Amino acid sequence: MALLELIDLSKNYKEIEVLKNISLEINNGEFLTLLGPSGCGKTTILRLIGGFEEPSSGKILLDGQSIDQLPSHKRATNTVFQSYALFPHMSVFDNIAFGLKMSKTPQDEITRRVNEILETVQLSEHAHKKPSQLSGGQQQRVAIARAVVNKPLILLLDESLSALDYKLRKEMQIELKMLQRKLGITFLFVTHDQEEALSMSDRIVVMNKGVIEQIGTPKEIYEEPKTIFVAKFIGEVNTFECTLISQNDQEAIVQYEDKSFMLKTAKTISHDVNILIRPEDLRVERKFEDVRSPNYFQTTLEQISYKGTTIDLVLKLKNGNIILASEFYNEDSDALGYTIGETLYVYWVDGWEVILDAE
Amino acid sequence: MKTIKASYALIIYFLLYLPIGILIIYSFNASKYSTEWKGFTLDWYDKLLQNDSLIEAAMNSLTIALFSSLIATAIGTLGAVALYRYTFYGKKFLQSMIYILIVSPEIVMGISLLMLFAATTLPLGFWTLLIAHITLCVPFVIVTVATRLAGFDKSIIEAAKDLGAEEFTTFYAIILPNILPAVIAGFLLSFTLSLDDVIISFFVTGPSYEILPIKIYSMVRLGVKPEINALCTIMFVFTIIVVLLSQFLLKERQK
Amino acid sequence: MLNNSLSRFAIVSIGIIFVWIVLFAFLPQLLVFIASFLTKGSQQMIEFEGNLENYTRLADPIYLKIFWDSFVLALITALLCLVIAYPFAAILARTSVQWRPILLILIIIPFWTSSLVRTYALIAIIKTKGLLNALLLWLGIISAPLELMYTETAVFIGMVYTLLPFMILPLFASIEKIDPRLLEAAGDLGAGFWNKLVKITIPLTMPGIIAGFMLVFLPALGMFYIPDLLGGAKNLIIGSFIRNQFLTFRDWPFGSAASMLLTFLMLALVAVYYRSQKVVESKDSA
Repeated sequence: MALLELIDLSKNYKEIEVLKNISLEINNGEFLTLLGPSGCGKTTILRLIGGFEEPSSGKILLDGQSIDQLPSHKRATNTVFQSYALFPHMSVFDNIAFGLKMSKTPQDEITRRVNEILETVQLSEHAHKKPSQLSGGQQQRVAIARAVVNKPLILLLDESLSALDYKLRKEMQIELKMLQRKLGITFLFVTHDQEEALSMSDRIVVMNKGVIEQIGTPKEIYEEPKTIFVAKFIGEVNTFECTLISQNDQEAIVQYEDKSFMLKTAKTISHDVNILIRPEDLRVERKFEDVRSPNYFQTTLEQISYKGTTIDLVLKLKNGNIILASEFYNEDSDALGYTIGETLYVYWVDGWEVILDAE
Repeated sequence: MKTIKASYALIIYFLLYLPIGILIIYSFNASKYSTEWKGFTLDWYDKLLQNDSLIEAAMNSLTIALFSSLIATAIGTLGAVALYRYTFYGKKFLQSMIYILIVSPEIVMGISLLMLFAATTLPLGFWTLLIAHITLCVPFVIVTVATRLAGFDKSIIEAAKDLGAEEFTTFYAIILPNILPAVIAGFLLSFTLSLDDVIISFFVTGPSYEILPIKIYSMVRLGVKPEINALCTIMFVFTIIVVLLSQFLLKERQK
Repeated sequence: MLNNSLSRFAIVSIGIIFVWIVLFAFLPQLLVFIASFLTKGSQQMIEFEGNLENYTRLADPIYLKIFWDSFVLALITALLCLVIAYPFAAILARTSVQWRPILLILIIIPFWTSSLVRTYALIAIIKTKGLLNALLLWLGIISAPLELMYTETAVFIGMVYTLLPFMILPLFASIEKIDPRLLEAAGDLGAGFWNKLVKITIPLTMPGIIAGFMLVFLPALGMFYIPDLLGGAKNLIIGSFIRNQFLTFRDWPFGSAASMLLTFLMLALVAVYYRSQKVVESKDSA
């Protein structure tokens, strides 16, 4: 049975619908991420679960019990706030002990559990400092410790890493994932950073404009996006708007401008269709003879940028449209030798494309 | 819970306005002594117009309030900007003095100024009142303007300097327009403080220049005449109009 | 006094405020301080004969009672204001942002009329044949009119009414500054209404509480006209006492000593406030 169940959850602010009929199940022990652009409603879901706002309609079940009528202090959930919301007038120790004191835990148990968690987040020697004396990363750990020390059934993390700088964020991603495994607590994580979502989550819920676009593992979300929004939000993608010419049970022929492509697919395709190809799935060749697919373009090179692990190429089609291709960098690669303005042939391996009906 | 909160707030507001409402109603009450309503009358307004000494005291009060708040606003604004921008010897002393002046009981300022004026044999009257009221108001202007300056982006000043603006130009063309709402707020606050001050004025006023609060104080002890209600109603309406007008003008400017 | 690098504009703007404060605030206070060690003269106002007699005279039980009474009056006034204003300020601070300026102005507007006249209007309300009694009799809550005038209750009503905004405004400012997430976090960790109030809101608004307390307590010590008008001057308080020394008995040195005592009390409170402020400022940088 699911640990947390959202059933037909909606939220309106006056006339604005922030969430529209969200239904979602979160399994025990899972690391689930709500991913989407700002204003998509992901934080609202978190605040509804945490009890900081009331749903306009729908139900929230935690461990089979309806919790949507309970005030936040009576819910077995804890939140790590985006700005940490550490109590500035209390020491690190008192911050972490706050929840245990509220639940009238015996003093010696409070001391034991707080010290234990302080050790886990490596802050033992900072126990008596005020939050303002800590670095951003340390404050972040206090916020996490303060929430998990109460052993909530589910931990809600609201953009918890976004205030940290790039390097620290990478480190915290790993630490957070390890902490989750160690504690075995269900994590519900909210972020707008697709990379963060991909690297940490067991499952990702992609949201847009108050609705769920897709739920799936990171691999499914990246490789089999169900909508153009998901494809575009998770990484770069080239989109070709095509029209169907003919289809049988093995392949389809579609037309893009004056070219036609042959797609190996058994799926029934509607008349207007989008072909999506990730930049790293495109192959670039100087000579036409090296092209190994009938699905190719002749392009002119507009720009090259060296990215360390990849070389990104901006290419212009005959019709003026721009496509992106990235090649993994290696010493022998031709890519660095390309000159701007040179003609290059671009193709993709059969079956690496994503075919989506136009919306 | 929401209704409890709203009604608590409403009760406080009601109590704050009750005395003023009563005062205004009484200014139209035909009865002179009783609290009972004996019918509508404008007699007190008529009597007020004939009471030259009361009118004169009111005009004196307005004069003092206008001049002292104008001067206090000028000194206070320049002072706040100076304290914000420059470091100089004695800055800590100046800042402490300003905060102490704000919290110090008015009577302390009143007698100390009385002593100064006595020591310099300055006759009590217009000038002593003016000086006292300016001294009363300046710290409030400084604090009001300083609050606004605290939210001011210092890089704007640096940008102005970088573009070649001199100190005065920077103040006049860059800082002043940005802090104008606070300057006006400081002026209005000063005007109110000056107009309503009883305690300090009590010590530094002289028979040559009678102002309204002192006049009223001497009258109230003998029981207020209804024309004072009339006068206060007029002044209340007057101040409200002035403030609303200034708020309106300020909004227009910001557009 | 000034750095060499300062421009003429800087020198002028610093100079004016500096001179004004020194001349009309610092110097007069210095005069009072000096006078408090001198003696009342028979011919002149002050004789230059320095001693501590004025201060030892203040130790007389009669005067000590005046100080004690004033202290209690001001203290109770400040506490009443705090209790009334805190929930009010908290309610105001959580209204929507667009309403707040209007709600604040509404608090200040009544104070645009003469405080004396408002005090007089209060008399009309609370006097024996006043509106309050009329209303209570009409409602049948009381059977005989309350004799409020010239009692301590009347003085408290007048003091609280006049000084309440000075408590509301700093409280409002400090409550408004609290990050609502802190209260959400406290709720999330299991704190109910009282725990949030006692453990989070009150500690974080301490500077506002102390500021409001000072802005009520200190003026209340010197406020002589409200006790005079509403209390019938039955109990002498410091304000009236200092006024009498200056204007009636013409004993300026003695009055100065009393005023210095008031000043020292104020400085002590300012020091307390300054320390509380410092503690919170270091928190603010969090």
